[in-house]
Amino acid sequence: MTATAHQPARPSASRSPRAPGASTPEELAAIPERRPLRPAQRAAGVARAVGIVLVVLAFLVPLLWMLLASFKTNLDVVDPAKTFTFSPTTANYGTVFGAQAFGDFIVNSVVVGIGSTLLALVIGVPAAYAVSRYRVRSATGFLLLARVIPGVSLLIPWYYLFSQVQLVGTYAVLVLTHIFVTMPLVVAIMSSFFEGVPGELEEAAQIDGCSRIGAFARVVLPLSVPGIATSAILSFIFSWNNFLFALVLSDQETRTLPVAIVNFTSYASVDWGGLMAAAVIITVPVMLVALVAQRYVVSGLTAGATKG
Amino acid sequence: MAVSTTSPAPAAARPSTRRSFVDRVDAHLKWVLIVPSVAFVGLLIAFPIAYTAYLSFTNASGSVSRPKRFVGLENYTRWLTDADRFWPAVGRTAYFTGAALVLELVIGLAIALLLRKTFRGQGVVRVLILLPLVATPVAVGMMWLLIFEPTIGFANLVLGWFGIPAQGWLSDPSTALNTLIFIDVWQWTPMVVLILLAGLTTLPEEPDEAARVDGAGAWQRFRHITLPLLAPVIGAAAILRSIDALKTFDIIYATKGVGGGSSHEAETLNVLAYGQAFQFSQYGRASALLMLFFLLIVIVLATLAILRKKADQS
Repeated sequence: MTATAHQPARPSASRSPRAPGASTPEELAAIPERRPLRPAQRAAGVARAVGIVLVVLAFLVPLLWMLLASFKTNLDVVDPAKTFTFSPTTANYGTVFGAQAFGDFIVNSVVVGIGSTLLALVIGVPAAYAVSRYRVRSATGFLLLARVIPGVSLLIPWYYLFSQVQLVGTYAVLVLTHIFVTMPLVVAIMSSFFEGVPGELEEAAQIDGCSRIGAFARVVLPLSVPGIATSAILSFIFSWNNFLFALVLSDQETRTLPVAIVNFTSYASVDWGGLMAAAVIITVPVMLVALVAQRYVVSGLTAGATKG
Repeated sequence: MAVSTTSPAPAAARPSTRRSFVDRVDAHLKWVLIVPSVAFVGLLIAFPIAYTAYLSFTNASGSVSRPKRFVGLENYTRWLTDADRFWPAVGRTAYFTGAALVLELVIGLAIALLLRKTFRGQGVVRVLILLPLVATPVAVGMMWLLIFEPTIGFANLVLGWFGIPAQGWLSDPSTALNTLIFIDVWQWTPMVVLILLAGLTTLPEEPDEAARVDGAGAWQRFRHITLPLLAPVIGAAAILRSIDALKTFDIIYATKGVGGGSSHEAETLNVLAYGQAFQFSQYGRASALLMLFFLLIVIVLATLAILRKKADQS
């Protein structure tokens, strides 16, 4: 480890700027930019470019593979000669939407995703404001509980409870349980967002005659639209991707996409084309959302973590 | 205030009650804001946990012919003396989490350093590495199931180009768990990259510049300046990733099914608990297992938190 790790140190050490005439740190630091690139620097640049390309390929090739396979017939999927050259077919998508009624499952996932996102915002945003302004330690700990507890341990009582009141298989149960996934996200993102909103704004509003709740509603909330958008997008994505809760608590009618796709394998373990089409159908919408709203997605995913 | 003096008529009463309502909300604003979420957590999380704890001392099951009965610590002693399923599952959970965490941190740090300096197309690269993160884990499992298929999979095709013999990957009990670790690393390393990139942008540049002026090499500057400054962010990423890696369920269930394969080769604590509860309806036993699992999570998080504090101090 140390032997190889020390190697990159040598070339850069040898170009450590001790050029004549440069004495202040500013001049020394500016030297590499002024001079043409040395071979060692150029080699490092090429190595970096190759590394970046490899990283991108490593993360993208599997997804492209899935996409390709979804347009192949099952004969072409198993034929190595047809790896890259094949005549594309949309028959797999026909199977998925026709025989498997994936349209219904998409609707279910959208309903549950939007429902649990909205409810999580309604209860999570005020909580996050309280956490960031009033430093409610106990509540923060409580919400942390929601993050670390294994979902299965909640599912046993939930299943018992909801089957007593005959709610298993309803949208209501799925929306409620998915809040378990969405609310911790909303609280984490919004509390770190509210940290960045200066408290003077609310004070100024109160001096102008606003109540405290009025200052929150009329001054802070309108400023929080970017944070709320971030929370909403990520909540929806995580609800959409959640598998475990719907696996136990949904029924034929309310099944969400991840559960439908797993059931698909048991019907057709060799229908690779259909399976990949189903996988594409479930991943492409969230990927499009992430691509369009990437700025929000990145800030949401890293919220809280970088504060140490 | 002026309202009450000018017109004591009933019309004025309404604004004043509204004001007193707002005043009351304001006086308890902290609680007004926080009670809904705490009530939700209490109802849907804390109560179920308490109920799980209670069930763990009973022989509750899905069978109607066997009434629920208090059995004391029987479920716990049963698991703790079970060298067949329980301890191997503990070992797999620890191995999966440890290996995934180390790989994700090391590879994630390397990629973050690679992407740190500006280059043409930087924005595009950062967007592209988001894609694995938002992909649905179940679909990711299916995708790798095809790629790792022993006879038709792309992975063995690529190995063939280099003359390496085909592997069993997910279907071979001896490699299944490692393959699942690979999948977890593929999906979640970008998360570490994003967090570390965000952390790197907040680092002060002066110490690095000063060291460069003093003739420190790239490795020395990384080892003695970047790494210590970044330690708190790495710690935060480690805690986030370990919580999720410990609970990994989707990709295992999607690729190996209930029980983690025919010889339970990929059965972690989470998968074992799921099977006990929802395949065999052994709610009491599953609850005891989950309480033990929860204890393990707390121990791991406490250890990480202590390590993080130490890293912060040094």
